[in-house]
Amino acid sequence: MQTKKIINDGNRAVDEMLEGILAAHPAHLRSVDGSPRSIIARDGPRSGKVGLVIGGGSGHEPTFLGFVGKGLADAAAIGNVFASPPPDPILECAKAASGGAGVLFMYGNYAGDVMNFDMAAEMAAMDDIEVRTVLTTDDVASAPRDQRGKRRGVAGNFFIFKAAGAACDRMLSFDEVERIARKANDHTFTMGVALSPCSLPQTRRPNFEIGADEMEVGMGIHGEPGIARGALKSADAITDEMLDRILPEMAPSRGDNVAVLVNSLGSTPLMELYIMNRRLKQRLDDIGVSVHATWVGNYCTSLEMAGASVTLEHLDGELQKMLDHPCDCAMFRAG
Amino acid sequence: MTSIGSPELSKMFDAIAAAIAADKDRLCQLDGVIGDADHGIAMELGFNAARDAVAGLDLAATDPTALLNTAAKSFLNAVGASSGPLYATAFMRGAAAVKGKTKLGADDAIAMFQAMAQGIKARGKAELGEKTMVDAWQPAVEAAGAARAAGKSLADSLAVALAAAERGAEATKDMIAAKGRSSRLGERSLGHVDPGAASAVTVIGAMAQSLNSPIPGKV
Repeated sequence: MQTKKIINDGNRAVDEMLEGILAAHPAHLRSVDGSPRSIIARDGPRSGKVGLVIGGGSGHEPTFLGFVGKGLADAAAIGNVFASPPPDPILECAKAASGGAGVLFMYGNYAGDVMNFDMAAEMAAMDDIEVRTVLTTDDVASAPRDQRGKRRGVAGNFFIFKAAGAACDRMLSFDEVERIARKANDHTFTMGVALSPCSLPQTRRPNFEIGADEMEVGMGIHGEPGIARGALKSADAITDEMLDRILPEMAPSRGDNVAVLVNSLGSTPLMELYIMNRRLKQRLDDIGVSVHATWVGNYCTSLEMAGASVTLEHLDGELQKMLDHPCDCAMFRAG
Repeated sequence: MTSIGSPELSKMFDAIAAAIAADKDRLCQLDGVIGDADHGIAMELGFNAARDAVAGLDLAATDPTALLNTAAKSFLNAVGASSGPLYATAFMRGAAAVKGKTKLGADDAIAMFQAMAQGIKARGKAELGEKTMVDAWQPAVEAAGAARAAGKSLADSLAVALAAAERGAEATKDMIAAKGRSSRLGERSLGHVDPGAASAVTVIGAMAQSLNSPIPGKV
């Protein structure tokens, strides 16, 4: 049986979505002429500023293009659903974002994205644009702690892109921007659970099977299987299970500050996210960790998947300053 | 005498696109088990784009190198993903291996085939046994090279290549993924065929069949 979707043609879904987004946010976003999947901030790139290009597959909205705007990313390259964009639109983003001070590529650590962005970086070098890359690897469920470099990038992108975008907007040097981006990644930890599958617009078939009383702990944002399949638990127990993986790695001291993101994978409602956040706050209070800021909602989705992720960013003075730096994007504002 | 020119290569892309389209649902299902369920979609998009771009060429004025480069670029820009860079690199390396020739003999075709596999390996930085398409491509080109060196015809060499690819893909069931999206699964990837290896068998099968069958009227 096919899933129900409000679409016209599954193969046109991404391009029709982009047309709708540009129609909704003309003050924030434009596409490159002749490269409709290169989305540029109207008020972003400028001379002497390090350019920030993010990107990846569609289906995670508002990630990636919702975070394009002044103070955050200058451009996003958009792929097919759950598929990396090819090199050409990435290269167009790099050209548009370049202000002569270098361009930083940031995206989740997936084999396809790495190949396409690396090819685009080689092409940009031929145009005399220096490109560096910082991969996001915040998903603690996707590889052991001693193999951080193999982990996936998931909802924690939000904090990591935010830090890098702020560093760019403050006109810091390429070295400094890169250092802060890497530090934000090192300080950001995400863990998710999935309750029901999503379905691609082209197939409208559930992309995995899961029992009515089951959850998948650590599932990826494309429906990749996680680390364990188990019985569905209460909100408190799920939140505890996430924090019991995140906190030992983050190792906060009493009095430390964190930023919190409780993210829906698509169809899990705010009610359930806030119930999780209640438990999360209790747990952090218990260990004397302060919450500097909290975001709750759809920030990195997986189409209509049910489930949620929790991300903590372990703040220090510098990361807090980057987090508080103003940004004005089509789907996200701060400061 | 084997003589493969641009018309034959164009037919080859028709054949691959048709075979992948017929196999799309199976590939998506295989990918759904250990990945994100889109492999069949990406492969169909890519080979349809390659077929259409090649069909738009003036074949009389396009040598095999230019044809293969056109296929590579159109595949890449239609797909992105992992299969885009991998197959685009395969066709670009295949194009480089036959540069300057307007007609490919059996040895040229084998050289093109081998270069494709080397391109996939280089772009994906994957080795044998890591549960990827390399596990089908590498045994296939090794078998084809050995058969050709032993004096077999192109048809027979590609037939043993296909058999080797099939064995290689089947063997991925017993491998733990070390590259690509399924590599985070660890032992949970055991028991499942790698979708990239499965589609490689389909591609190699279509290539073998197409390059073996003379174009009607051109025997």
